[in-house]
Amino acid sequence: MLTRLLDQDRPEIAFTVDGVAVPARQGDTLLTAMLAAGLGHVRTSEFGDGGRAGFCWMGACQDCWVMVAGAGIRRACTTLALPGMEVQRR
Amino acid sequence: MKVVVVGAGPAGIRAVEQLVRSGVRPVWIDEAADGGGRVTQRPPPGFKRDHQALYGADAGRARRLHAALDALKPRTDWRPDTLVWNIRPQAGALHTLAQGAAQGEIGYDALILCTGAMDRVVPLPGWTMPGVTTLGGAQVALKSQGVGVGVQPVLVGTGPLLVLTALQYAKAGAPPALVLDTTAFLTKAWQTAGLLWNPPQLLRGLAMQAKLLLSGLPYAQDATPLAIEGDTAVTALRWRDAAWREHVTPCDAVALGWGLKPEAQLADLAGVPFDYDATQHNWIPRRDPAGRTAVAGVYLAGDGAGIGGAEVAELAGARAALALLSDHRLPADAVLIRHLDGRLRTEARFRAALERAFPYPAKLAARMTDATSVCRCEVISAGELRAVAAADAPELNRAKAFSRVGMGRCQGRLCGPPAAEVLAAALGVEVEAVGRLRGQPPVKPIPVQQLA
Repeated sequence: MLTRLLDQDRPEIAFTVDGVAVPARQGDTLLTAMLAAGLGHVRTSEFGDGGRAGFCWMGACQDCWVMVAGAGIRRACTTLALPGMEVQRR
Repeated sequence: MKVVVVGAGPAGIRAVEQLVRSGVRPVWIDEAADGGGRVTQRPPPGFKRDHQALYGADAGRARRLHAALDALKPRTDWRPDTLVWNIRPQAGALHTLAQGAAQGEIGYDALILCTGAMDRVVPLPGWTMPGVTTLGGAQVALKSQGVGVGVQPVLVGTGPLLVLTALQYAKAGAPPALVLDTTAFLTKAWQTAGLLWNPPQLLRGLAMQAKLLLSGLPYAQDATPLAIEGDTAVTALRWRDAAWREHVTPCDAVALGWGLKPEAQLADLAGVPFDYDATQHNWIPRRDPAGRTAVAGVYLAGDGAGIGGAEVAELAGARAALALLSDHRLPADAVLIRHLDGRLRTEARFRAALERAFPYPAKLAARMTDATSVCRCEVISAGELRAVAAADAPELNRAKAFSRVGMGRCQGRLCGPPAAEVLAAALGVEVEAVGRLRGQPPVKPIPVQQLA
């Protein structure tokens, strides 16, 4: 499971995922914040084979898409978590 | 003259440096918010580790690259957070999407593509589960976010990145439960003579190998990964050792990576022909040693033009810019050109030995079980692909049309190489005979209204 190991002394912020508050730290990507908070997955496969939590971490595989209010579909691995952001899992 | 450089990794930085030296102010585009590439990626603002802590033996290179990046940005038309999603070579135009929303078009007279590379993987049963990442991804997580993909991960693959990532995770307090190298010790040892073309890199590699052996981390060579186990998250890796004994190693994450493949979709859309490189086991856009292509005004450098690593990318970036400058009768440092040509020739010999030392496990891909999802985007199994092969798909793009392999959101970036192995094996032909997935615009998904 994704775990915070180094360089985690950063200001805490909060955003929501599916309407529920999720703690994060300034500089976290959405992928980091969602997995570190124990959400387990960031999207659900359209083909019924379960949750997905990204794969490449560098914007190539497109397997970490989330819906960000006001911004549309974003890659969780290349989008920084910002205070008050509203994220929906798909 | 309007010059555009796509990419701000090691190749892009050194290309822009030469252009600026000769009085050119290029448009400089990077998909990331900052630049710096992957090996020397900087964390977002707010992280405090210094260069030594972040990059270890690469700290000096990273420091020099970042200094150049920051000094060059104001001397260019710098466009961060901008995706180039299409090229129209006849019109000399790039289609861009900035900040994920703003559509744009940028004209060019000359273009240097420094688009980098990504991990090359072999699909395993269970590889779509949360907790499975690429090897490069596991490293990016640690470097740019300070997180581990697990606290007892299993790392699977081959090559320098496998050993480096294992040592970095151990140092960060998440020692791998197993480092599984698909290459046999002797395969690597045989290439020692060829690796002497770059003695510092060879010494660094040997030192890392020694450190891994002394670390006491479980390390299996010539081993075969069989399946990633778990239900909603990874719980174990099932694998077979060199003596054919089966093991189950409990873990909380699995990272997969067998070297790199070029991110060459833009070169493809620009009309650059590709060749199959049997040593690299990759399709490579055709270019001369200086980075010139058959398409007028289009130059290539860095890993996107064939895997060479960060050191070569710096040399090749500078060299491509100098080729562009001399082709357009602008000042180009002739002494530097001779120096770079010599270095690039030597590095090519080193790279050839490195590729032979850490081969892509083509048979592992070709023999994946029928139930394994070869395409994680569309969830297409190897069995479905084999059925299509039997029903008259002698070539990868035809197999894509029949099976949807490679038609998903990643555009075949991940499944392309292993699907080619499965198809070639099913047809009983060499892998290059089934071709490669052709690039299609947009090279990455963009909002639908942007197409209108």
